[in-house]
Amino acid sequence: MTGLSVRYDVVIVGGGPAGMSAAIGALEAGADRLLIVDREIEVGGILNQCIHNGFGLHHFGEELTGPEYASRLLEELVGHEIDIATDSYVLDVDALRTVTIASPSTGITRVQAGAVVLAMGARERTRGAIRIPGTRPAGVMTAGLAQKFVNQLGYLPGRRAVILGSGDIGLIMARRLALEDIEVPGVFELMPHANGLTRNIVQCLHDFDIPLHLSTTVVGIEGRDRVEAVTVAPVDDQLQPDLSRTERIECDTLLVSIGLIPENELSAKLGLRLDPTTGGPIVSSTMETSRDGVFAAGNVVHIHDLVDFVSEEALLAGRCAGEFATGSARPADNIHLVPGANVASIVPHTISSDREHTVYLRVRRSMERSWLRLGDVYEKRLRYVVPAEMVSLKVRPRFLEHFHGDSLRIDIEPRDEQGDE
Amino acid sequence: MGTAKVTCARCAVGGERYVGTVKDVAIVGGGVVGCAIARELSRYRLDVCLFEREVEVGFGTSKANSGIIHAGHHTTPGTLKADLVWRGNRLWRDLSDDLGFGFLQNGDLTVAFNEEELQTIEEIEEIGVQRGVTGLELWGPDRIHRKEPNVSRDALGALLGPTAAVVNPYEACFALIDDAVDNGLDLRVGAGVDDIEVEGDHLVVFAEGDRTPVRAVINAAGLFADRVSRMVGLDDLVIGARRGEEYLLDRRLAGIVEHTIFPCPTPTSKGVLVIPTFDGTIMVGPTADPVDDKEDLSTTTEGGDQVFERARRLVPGISERDCIAEFAGLRAIAPDDDFVIGPTSVPGFFNVAGIQSPGLTAAPAIAELVVGLLTTSGLDLDPKPELVTPAPRPVRVSELTVPELEMLAFRDCRYAHVVCRCELVTEGEIADAIDRGARSLDGLKFRTRAGMGRCQGGFCTSRCMQLLADAQDVPLSDVTKRGPGSWIVREREEVV
Ligand SMILES: Cc1cc2nc3c(=O)[nH]c(=O)nc-3n(C[C@H](O)[C@H](O)[C@H](O)COP(=O)(O)OP(=O)(O)OC[C@H]3O[C@@H](n4cnc5c(N)ncnc54)[C@H](O)[C@@H]3O)c2cc1C
Ligand SMILES: Cc1cc2nc3c(=O)[nH]c(=O)nc-3n(C[C@H](O)[C@H](O)[C@H](O)COP(=O)(O)OP(=O)(O)OC[C@H]3O[C@@H](n4cnc5c(N)ncnc54)[C@H](O)[C@@H]3O)c2cc1C
Repeated sequence: MTGLSVRYDVVIVGGGPAGMSAAIGALEAGADRLLIVDREIEVGGILNQCIHNGFGLHHFGEELTGPEYASRLLEELVGHEIDIATDSYVLDVDALRTVTIASPSTGITRVQAGAVVLAMGARERTRGAIRIPGTRPAGVMTAGLAQKFVNQLGYLPGRRAVILGSGDIGLIMARRLALEDIEVPGVFELMPHANGLTRNIVQCLHDFDIPLHLSTTVVGIEGRDRVEAVTVAPVDDQLQPDLSRTERIECDTLLVSIGLIPENELSAKLGLRLDPTTGGPIVSSTMETSRDGVFAAGNVVHIHDLVDFVSEEALLAGRCAGEFATGSARPADNIHLVPGANVASIVPHTISSDREHTVYLRVRRSMERSWLRLGDVYEKRLRYVVPAEMVSLKVRPRFLEHFHGDSLRIDIEPRDEQGDE
Repeated sequence: MGTAKVTCARCAVGGERYVGTVKDVAIVGGGVVGCAIARELSRYRLDVCLFEREVEVGFGTSKANSGIIHAGHHTTPGTLKADLVWRGNRLWRDLSDDLGFGFLQNGDLTVAFNEEELQTIEEIEEIGVQRGVTGLELWGPDRIHRKEPNVSRDALGALLGPTAAVVNPYEACFALIDDAVDNGLDLRVGAGVDDIEVEGDHLVVFAEGDRTPVRAVINAAGLFADRVSRMVGLDDLVIGARRGEEYLLDRRLAGIVEHTIFPCPTPTSKGVLVIPTFDGTIMVGPTADPVDDKEDLSTTTEGGDQVFERARRLVPGISERDCIAEFAGLRAIAPDDDFVIGPTSVPGFFNVAGIQSPGLTAAPAIAELVVGLLTTSGLDLDPKPELVTPAPRPVRVSELTVPELEMLAFRDCRYAHVVCRCELVTEGEIADAIDRGARSLDGLKFRTRAGMGRCQGGFCTSRCMQLLADAQDVPLSDVTKRGPGSWIVREREEVV
């Protein structure tokens, strides 16, 4: 890539699906001087290592692989004069929206952005975060790193791999390893429910006869140089392992898939207000953070299970960033959304009564049948909710016609059998 | 004595190595003690080699400890440990000036929570004063809360030891050994000593099939010093292991305390500490549990619970939620619970064993002591007229300002290529570490911090592996975490 300009309408940090979708949104809003910065060699983000099917059913109406989904987005950008700086790392974004970029080809560069979209994605939680006792040999790695080795670099992580955590990456990797003739004695999950999408449990475990052990965790790792075995134990309802019922499993690899954490180093440096539950910035209905002109979208805001929702959210963020940069703006938000019963988090954190919004929720516990209630202005029946699958809710202006407060609680409550069926 | 002067092949300028048919000294073990001795001996016209069984130096106990350069007031009087600790403290300061590794004199604070403990800290102060430790000061609650607002409000008093410091122990080992090598040390890594024989007036060291005749052997083999001393037929040295678990916390907590916070020590232990590491992160630990297996570096649930519970008593804001990594180290314990340093009944064979805590602190003082012992035993110690100027401390991009980085990147674009995002380590730093001798992923990590941050290598592992593989011209499957056996990935088997 040749040199960067000094000024851009919108600078997008991260070229994953969120970043690319945000660029598309910004173009739609009439911003045309755009820069996408990504630290990898290619844009696409985590999609580049997800060579399985299952992306795009909502957004493109067909099932694509991760790289296919990424190239669809890239195609939409082709033909526009967008700068894409890959192998380039955003070191800093300051309050005046000066973006500092480090790259081996251009050195250290500063560019001025009319608006910024943060789309840095997420990183994986590691072994240290859950303090698995035992030794520290080679062969313990996150499932995402293993995925990168297998799918992008062409190497295998071991011969017999235990998987801790039933997040989607763990499930997908269980199948991937099975396809590579690596034995997977089991996937172990601390919680009484799986953390991945149901379709992944079926397609990645059941179809490959890989057992899933719920309410079970790894309580020990053995091996000096390389993993030799792990010990697993069932946990009680306080999640405490029962060490009288341990089982030792010989293996040379332990993949941990215990969740993603939004990548918010830059946001923290910039002093953005963060939501302790999502780990991402607090955002308004335009996906604007607590700093003017700084927007955010995708996994950096909250962990999404489907890339389609990432795109949807990022299109909005990009549009609003584009509008900000070109001087137009939407009416400010006037209603706070407050997580109520069985609601862990809500994004966005505020909405405006004059337009329609898509609001994303995560529940704390599974529930067979429930009511979703938006204050006392709206309610709807939900069939079942699980923490692993995001709930989305369209909030329409007509729900709020007669509402005059400034905050609305969202509750998800059990639905009594006879009462409503 | 048949030595000829040759120029060291490894270094471009001035480094002298004196090579003879019989080497002067062989050091067995490249922990901080072995490295400090090697560096001290490299200042003399001697032919010295160091054998380390791991792929890099410092991979034993010396990388897995609290990294504190103690002031000395905590060490039980009347021991060899106590005699060496204050001297060691002074020497580390000079060494860090000369060699430029990370060293920060942050001071320590021993906190008392009741009358009895107030009494104890006064006694410790007395011990320190007698030992010559300078600057000790008793603080009341107000002073504590003003200076260390996150220390528990229940603290009734504290003893300040302003000369205590923290180092990156592995960085110190690398700096010592790099300087020794530049000055002619013959460093053999991946070379475990399997036998030592007495042959006439000298000893012969056998390591990985190589036979090296030497005049003197320094046994600095840490936990395995007993095994090494048995090689020359000495059965009286028995080394046990006491395990210590440490827990590293997220950078978020940087600055929660400035001093290293000690509880009041008990007769058997210094207790669980809250340690601001040189790199600005917080570490809590260690435990102290005797273990039978001298390779058992496991951490345990109980150990972790104990550490967090005790650390919270000192600094209530500490929580396991912030834990990003944990490790364990093994202290080498001799029967008298003290260092065992000196000649043995086998002429030319010296023990430097049982170097438990505060062995890191004492290491440079131990090195001085050993040089003295060698002189007494008749070795000719003739200082080299000139020494190679120590290599500058490796660049740390994370410590630079943006304009400084801009300049550096202008000269070498690899310094604008971020490899580890959590700790902000660039390709330039990785390449430099490989040049300086890093040969494993852990070696890179300990030299540059790549992979030490909150994502624990999730992002940079594959990149670091690639840089190592390219430098060594091997496939990724030959890159190891820390030497043979610790492979990380394997090749796909071709279906025939
Ligand atoms: C294993 C796996 C399986 C999945 N399976 C499915 C599936 O079947 N179907 C589905 O719909 N979704 C799936 N997903 C989810 C989907 O891939 C993610 O939700 C989506 O990729 C998130 O997009 P993002 O752009 O927010 O983040 P990312 O894709 O992570 O992109 C973030 C980008 O930002 C860059 N970046 C970060 N910080 C900086 C910086 N400081 N400077 C420069 N660049 C930076 C990163 O390098 C990265 O390229 C899966 C995810 C994984 C990991
Ligand atoms: C948890 C913990 C916390 C501590 N905290 C502190 C502290 O804060 N301050 C302090 O001053 N001290 C501290 N210590 C003590 C300090 O770490 C040790 O005293 C010091 O590291 C000992 O160094 P060493 O060189 O003797 O041993 P090691 O570092 O163990 O080195 C011995 C070396 O010998 C090698 N070796 C063994 N056998 C052979 C063979 N046959 N051939 C070749 N090589 C061989 C090993 O591989 C090893 O590298 C702590 C210790 C622990 C465990």
